[in-house]
Amino acid sequence: MKTLEELKKIRDEARKNINVRNNNPNDIKVLIGMATCGIAAGARQVMKEFINQVDKKNIRNVTITQTDCAGSCEYEPRVEIIFPGNEKATYVNITPEKVSRIIDEHIINGNIVKEYTIGWNN
Amino acid sequence: MKKKISKIPFKNIPDKEEKLTETISKHKNTPGALMLILQEAQDIYGYLPEEVQKRIARELNIDLEEVYGVSTFYSQFSLVPKGEYNISVCMGTACYVKGASKILDKLTDKLGIGPEECTEDGKFSLTACRCIGACGLAPVMTINGEVYGRLKPSDIDVILEKYK
Amino acid sequence: MYRSNILVCGGTGCTSSGSEKIISKLWKEIKIRGLEQEVNVIKTGCFGLCSLGPIMIVYPEGSFYSMVQVDDIAEIVEEHLLKGRVVKRLLYKETLDGEKIKSLNETAFYSKQKRIVLKNCGLINPESIDEYIAMDGYCALGRVLGKMSPRDVIEEIKMSDLRGRGGGGFPTGVKWELTAKSEAEQKYVCCNADEGDPGAFMDRAILEGDPHSVIESMAIAGYAIGANKGFIYVRAEYPIAVKRLNIAIEQARNYGLLGQDIFSSGFNFDIDLRLGAGAFVCGEETALMSSISGKRGEPRPRPPYPAVKGLFDCPTLLNNVETYANIPQIILKGASWFNSIGTEKSKGTKVFALGGKINHTGLVEVPMGTTLREIVEEIGGGIPNGKKFKAAQTGGPSGGCISIENIDIPIDYDNLLSIGSMMGSGGLIVMDQDTCMVDIAKFFLEFTVDESCGKCVPCRIGTKRLLEILNKITSGNGTIEDIDKMEKLCYYIKSNSLCGLGQTAPNPVLSTLKCFRNEYEMHVNKKKCEAGVCKSLLRYEIIEGKCKGCTLCARNCPVSAISGFVGMPHEIDSDKCIKCGICMQKCKFDAIIKH
Repeated sequence: MKTLEELKKIRDEARKNINVRNNNPNDIKVLIGMATCGIAAGARQVMKEFINQVDKKNIRNVTITQTDCAGSCEYEPRVEIIFPGNEKATYVNITPEKVSRIIDEHIINGNIVKEYTIGWNN
Repeated sequence: MKKKISKIPFKNIPDKEEKLTETISKHKNTPGALMLILQEAQDIYGYLPEEVQKRIARELNIDLEEVYGVSTFYSQFSLVPKGEYNISVCMGTACYVKGASKILDKLTDKLGIGPEECTEDGKFSLTACRCIGACGLAPVMTINGEVYGRLKPSDIDVILEKYK
Repeated sequence: MYRSNILVCGGTGCTSSGSEKIISKLWKEIKIRGLEQEVNVIKTGCFGLCSLGPIMIVYPEGSFYSMVQVDDIAEIVEEHLLKGRVVKRLLYKETLDGEKIKSLNETAFYSKQKRIVLKNCGLINPESIDEYIAMDGYCALGRVLGKMSPRDVIEEIKMSDLRGRGGGGFPTGVKWELTAKSEAEQKYVCCNADEGDPGAFMDRAILEGDPHSVIESMAIAGYAIGANKGFIYVRAEYPIAVKRLNIAIEQARNYGLLGQDIFSSGFNFDIDLRLGAGAFVCGEETALMSSISGKRGEPRPRPPYPAVKGLFDCPTLLNNVETYANIPQIILKGASWFNSIGTEKSKGTKVFALGGKINHTGLVEVPMGTTLREIVEEIGGGIPNGKKFKAAQTGGPSGGCISIENIDIPIDYDNLLSIGSMMGSGGLIVMDQDTCMVDIAKFFLEFTVDESCGKCVPCRIGTKRLLEILNKITSGNGTIEDIDKMEKLCYYIKSNSLCGLGQTAPNPVLSTLKCFRNEYEMHVNKKKCEAGVCKSLLRYEIIEGKCKGCTLCARNCPVSAISGFVGMPHEIDSDKCIKCGICMQKCKFDAIIKH
């Protein structure tokens, strides 16, 4: 270890792995419906894709976790995104291919991807 | 506390001796080497035989008296080998009244060793311990942690047979 | 990246209650469900709530599962980790508020605590230097070597008013200054991790849960006093701590945080471990250094103090584990932050190992000035079975007791001394009405008699005579003169012993005499032990009217002291009776009483 900068680099890298333990209320929450219906519709793949992309894009203020069945199983896989202090946006019939756009437009830039939300097609 | 010293003749095993040689040469020039070497020697032999202590004294160029002073000071060091099976006879009051000393006598008789000693083949060692809290089963002994209760001297033969 | 972390306590307490098996089962179940890329299992140090072990916390939710069984793991993995449904029936009850799940910090046990020393314990993997660094680890060392002179470091520690946590409470900064001033080619930094008090395990928890904090701090100390070599003297009876320290030292060397030219500052520092071999007296500073140098761990008179002539006759700085664990925080957050916590003369926090007759046995860290009542009733959850608080013992075999009259005194170094106890290293044993204070004094005396190194007469022989008088009293043969004789002997031992062990050995007797003299007098005058502990003074009796003659007691008596015919009231022969109490436990009609 030669410089403080070197130490800080290790620190920032290591923080990625323990961030999840902070339970930070200011994190953006990504909730993925993971009841039996969700899993059957492919929620596991959606979740994996979220984890992958968040990691790849080096986003720190996001907590990815599961939520229960909302009662309308035909809309699964379903993803809810909650910004601190804001209402949640609910995306339905999400596939791994759609994840990237949600992250770029909504999580990074704060614009809801309207055509993926419930009620868009009606 | 006074320490018991082993009466069993020391049998040297070449690979243990080699390990000891390694330990001594590794630490010889470290300040405070004696404790380190004694700790590792006890790991190698399971206890600190007189011969080993003599050798350590010789190689560190200090008096045996100094080595012995240290090996008897710390409770962790043992001058008596422990057997493969360590038999503890409870000498708590309840066991004592119910004849624990007869059990101990029988074991001594059978194994040819007294408390804090080990058989020559290294199979059994014997300890008299304080109450282990199994008064309802008195008299009690344990062999490597397994409890035997309501003992009669005549039970000893059968029990020892299991470990032979 | 992991979306979820499961932290399983790998401290000594939870390891004994089976946390290793829990961890391997967790991995097995996680792999079955293909979650191993998403969920990580981390073995941490002690969480503090040892009585609820094995303990695990699942993040990001922060769900606190207690007394986890291997058979529960499949359900937790399936429901919680896969489907996101917290398994409420397995949660620590205090975190459940109706349907709402509280965070751990809102529970009584944690909300009153302030964690400085234990801040990483139970939160990071102690076997990973990266996790320590993620919590700002080694930043303090970096700052010290880059921006501060040794003088600045010492000033900062002095300003913080940190006092030694090993028991004596000597100002840490002053100690550093004295050692820095000693001129010598070679100096040493030592860490006292020979925690020998029965019932104290604070230092073990820090070494097991956050070993790097001690290593970082020793390097800072080395820079401040001008030493390039450190020794940690740790008990061989703490195998987990020894293992994690070895791993931590190796990792620090690999990262260049120990070794040559640390942070390109030209400062060199390395640390070696030395194992104790089971001698309580080695907690005394001169004895400890004698032991590190490979000799009998016998103390010697001071002066010269270690700051002048210590290990291998070189100036040596010796602090205990908890003291060191405070240092990086003080450097990072500043002396004024640290000394804003606590009381006028005792700053910061203190870790206590809470044990005895208390609902939450475990490890707690509270600001100095917290009252015993807060610790016992709020954090500790009170005394089991609705029994009444009688006293708390602090400072182990060197300390004394705090009785109910003093339960509201803010705990700090000086207040404890003024009521005849001492801070000690942090053992805090709670006692209820079923505890006999004479017996407690005897228990600690037995310990010191066993552990006296024998070098000086007042301690070797004095404590032995003291124990003999105590034995005489508890066996019902004491006289009122014995109490006075004992008191005199106590003061004699205190003022004439060579080292701290002897000088403090009579404290448990003096302090119980001060607060509970009536109990001693009861033992002597009435031959009675009210708590029903001193067996020789006990009598078991069968109440004739209640005994149905079922013979159960007689059949279970280990010494055949009970006789009687079937269907007729039985009788206990008190000469034969060994007072084991089995008859009373077995009797189905409450016909047996002890008094």
